[in-house]
Amino acid sequence: MSKLVVIGDGMVGRRFLEAVTQRDPSWDVTVLAEEPRPAYDRVRLSAFFDGVSAEELSLASDLPGVDVRLGEPAVAVDREARTVRSSAGDYAYDKLVFATGSYAFVPPMEGADLEGVFVYRTVEDLESIKAHASGRRHGVVIGGGLLGLEAANALKLLGLETQIVEFAPWLMARQLDEAGGGILKQHIEKLGIGVDCSTGGTRISAVDGRLLMDTNREGVSYETDLIVFAAGVRPRDQLARECGIAVGERGGITTDLACQTSDPDVYAIGEVAAMEGVCYGLVAPGYAMAEVVADRLAGGEATFPGADMSTKLKLLGVDVAQFGAFDGPLATTYLDPVHGSYAKLVLSDDATTLLGGMLVGDAEAYPLLRASVGGKVPAKLADLLGGGEVEGTLPDAAQVCSCNAVTKGDIMGAIHDEGCVDVPSLKACTKAGTSCGSCVPMLKQLLAEGGVEVSKSVCEHFTQSRAELFDIVKVTGITTFSELIARHGTGSGCDLCKPAVASILASLSNGHILEGEQAALQDTNDHFLANMQRNGTYSVVPRIPGGEITPDKLIVIGQVAKEFDLYTKITGGQRIDMFGARVEDLPKIWRKLVDAGFESGHAYGKALRTVKSCVGTDWCRYGVQDSVKMAIDLELRYRGLRSPHKLKSAVSGCARECAEARGKDFGVIATEHGWNLYVGGNGGFTPRHADLLMSDVDSETLVRTIDRFLMFYISTADRLQRTSKWVEALEGGIDYLREVIVDDKLGICGELDALMAKHVENYADEWKGVIDDPEKLQRFVSFVNAPEAPDPSIEFETVRGQKFPAGTTARSHTQPVLLGTPERK
Amino acid sequence: MQTICEFDRLIPGRGVAALLGDGTQVAVFRLFDDSLFAVANRDPFMHANVISRGLVGDRGGEPVVVSPLLKQAFSLKTGVCLDDESVALEVFAVEVLGGEVRVGVRAEAEASA
Ligand SMILES: Cc1cc2nc3c(=O)[nH]c(=O)nc-3n(C[C@H](O)[C@H](O)[C@H](O)COP(=O)(O)OP(=O)(O)OC[C@H]3O[C@@H](n4cnc5c(N)ncnc54)[C@H](O)[C@@H]3O)c2cc1C
Ligand code: HEM
Ligand code: SF4
Repeated sequence: MSKLVVIGDGMVGRRFLEAVTQRDPSWDVTVLAEEPRPAYDRVRLSAFFDGVSAEELSLASDLPGVDVRLGEPAVAVDREARTVRSSAGDYAYDKLVFATGSYAFVPPMEGADLEGVFVYRTVEDLESIKAHASGRRHGVVIGGGLLGLEAANALKLLGLETQIVEFAPWLMARQLDEAGGGILKQHIEKLGIGVDCSTGGTRISAVDGRLLMDTNREGVSYETDLIVFAAGVRPRDQLARECGIAVGERGGITTDLACQTSDPDVYAIGEVAAMEGVCYGLVAPGYAMAEVVADRLAGGEATFPGADMSTKLKLLGVDVAQFGAFDGPLATTYLDPVHGSYAKLVLSDDATTLLGGMLVGDAEAYPLLRASVGGKVPAKLADLLGGGEVEGTLPDAAQVCSCNAVTKGDIMGAIHDEGCVDVPSLKACTKAGTSCGSCVPMLKQLLAEGGVEVSKSVCEHFTQSRAELFDIVKVTGITTFSELIARHGTGSGCDLCKPAVASILASLSNGHILEGEQAALQDTNDHFLANMQRNGTYSVVPRIPGGEITPDKLIVIGQVAKEFDLYTKITGGQRIDMFGARVEDLPKIWRKLVDAGFESGHAYGKALRTVKSCVGTDWCRYGVQDSVKMAIDLELRYRGLRSPHKLKSAVSGCARECAEARGKDFGVIATEHGWNLYVGGNGGFTPRHADLLMSDVDSETLVRTIDRFLMFYISTADRLQRTSKWVEALEGGIDYLREVIVDDKLGICGELDALMAKHVENYADEWKGVIDDPEKLQRFVSFVNAPEAPDPSIEFETVRGQKFPAGTTARSHTQPVLLGTPERK
Repeated sequence: MQTICEFDRLIPGRGVAALLGDGTQVAVFRLFDDSLFAVANRDPFMHANVISRGLVGDRGGEPVVVSPLLKQAFSLKTGVCLDDESVALEVFAVEVLGGEVRVGVRAEAEASA
């Protein structure tokens, strides 16, 4: 067997190993790796400070026939004998590959070796920065390029006041022109990070446990706790130099387009290679080199296809992108200092071909532009320059994912021939989107362009969508799941269709949700009318309409929580949660609450949760309508209403919007003349502000319109589709919605009104229904054969004077926060 | 085998938990066709005794229970987790005798049969 030795298990080395073992598994491969851990995603290194662990960044894969020797750097190469010496032994090779990457460049400067001075390259670097930053206040980053900005971001995340010092006259001078660099600086400074350009450090000294850095500028020096060098990288070509392999003038192992060095049995790939004299500091060209050498070793003729040096990054919330040529015969620019955006497009002199450009502040057009480099300008210049999402179609040859060299043609092929229907399957099939991820939005667009429609069927048992099932139930009057699945579905159901059908039956007012067969459909939470928590205990949330509560009722909550030893917390919905209730205690707890006049808050259900309110006219000097009264009325009207997803609402007494109504499924804001109604807002994973549906309406119109909005939503939405997505998905959007529920364009308002009237009429408290029914009460036990026994495996511990599930608080990874301490006299 | 309750006490399509003499917790399910299944009650992912409170149904015809916490599905026949085949619930023997439901450890039940 032929022997292959690879020096370096970094991003490119690892990609090379994958490519080689795939093409020609007959090689006997040894990898000498200096770092203590297998290859990891250096590009995403900074995610470490967002809590992503080193393990999660790992690129390690089990490769057949590959012996990876971690923590065993190569120290010498003997080309005569064809051996590599490592710190532990000698390895013979037939072919040798250098994939040693780069090291961080530290300019020769007095004091650069002091404690508290770091570089930014490896997991270990980041770990030491983190350890040193703890309890300290200020940090300086030397270098305002891509890497420097990432490092500054990291220091800011670590809570340090951060200063960037850049030698060039503007930030990201290798990617941006002066105007772009200026806009970027404006953004970065707005985030509280200092930026000094045309400034270079000259000397670092230790003063009183801190660091002092002098600069080339008269009178400018920085007192700081920590300095990070991000001033560029240099190829790690030392070993190659020592064994007489040719290196470039400015460093790097010289190679031809086949990655071959001056010794035909030795290749160099990744950042260490100076291909025809050029070192590439990005991962995509390195991956291309890895593929080239793998092909060559398998007898192929591949050569380096040329590099796409496009970059896009989002740092501290600022989008910056550069693609293709930096400058050229014809350039158009657009500068908007008010909104902090800058765009520049470089065109051929006949203005037909896009050669490149840059975007700062708004990079929505980047995927389209990058993929169009070398081709026709893909849309109107004004649209491309002006920012925002741009529509345009790409030619098939356009490269969509530059990290992995995937074209639009490849993606469309995967959609049509391989049956890819979503982003994960495209990733698996083409590798597009698996490295930096910046092309993922483009993948989604291409899926839509390829005509992929997301299936709306509820699950494997029903081909119908939720809306279709709703219609079936409404029209046929079916009242049980077994009848529905027997007539309109297959199999015995699952955790997707059962709760969905349960919700439909409940929306259409079919009695108590735990009555008869309906009991078997309810998700655990609905089944016990409480939210299951991580240790199998439940939370108890009584309804507090509008957030208004009497002192007497507050006392009852306190007493109940005390008696049953419950953890209490005030929720974001203006009510009180009690956690840690054992299943067998639920009926006893609710007996006390119901006796005191409380009802179920439906915190467990896909149903109306709360209607928050501000303090309104009664107390607030700004209020123009009685927001509290309206909130209570709305909450009582819609309590218990089952829906495709949870529903939240709020009412504010004036335009100051203290109740945050626009973040709700339906929000009401008082005006001088009545109410404004907003719909389709939500917080959560992707927050969205609600849209204005009607303005200045009286209370009666308001309530009637909300009735119809809710019933139209419940009748037509998909399973687990919140109102925001539902409104967005309506063809014609909010205007169409207004035509249907205000102008009655479809002639269904009468029916919607009747459905809501039925709900209001049939409402009954679910908990009262349980505690008055011995049959239902029977179910609230931990063990069917030992009704009195609590589950012995549930344990608690005490933190901040309250109980918590045992073992959970220690699991949290958060850093301690310094607390304000009252002055002691 | 140990008697845990009357058969009529079980609701079709739902489960109950039972505490065996040695402290083991078993989840027992009655399906709509009145068939019975028994598996361990402890969720192997979240380590809480809650499997009995999961929803039952089928996946491609295989009867399953879905954990109420993180929604992994487990085969009621073999206990194997369909979302991660390296994890499984222990399966227990279950039978109805004279209108009463009895459960026991598999090996024990086979030995006495
Ligand atoms: C914070 C950060 C952010 C980045 N962001 C991006 C980005 O957004 N986009 C992008 O394209 N690129 C980015 N890069 C650059 C990208 O990480 C590199 O281009 C890529 O890692 C190069 O791969 P490589 O395998 O050539 O080198 P490396 O990944 O550095 O791997 C080289 C490996 O060789 C080992 N080694 C060196 N000498 C020896 C020896 N004698 N014996 C054994 N092992 C040895 C090293 O320890 C190292 O593990 C970023 C880099 C950093 C540090
Ligand atoms: C005298 C006048 C005011 C009174 C009595 C008042 C009262 C309140 C109360 C009680 C809350 C808490 C609501 C809750 O816990 O959910 C609140 C929140 C809020 N108020 Fe006001 N407010 C007043 C003026 C204002 C003004 C002038 C503004 C804006 C310009 C404002 C903006 C907000 C916002 C945004 C919140 C939500 C903050 C949060 O939930 O953390 N308020 N207000
Ligand atoms: S929304 Fe207006 S009325 Fe309500 S509390 Fe805020 S300022 Fe007062």
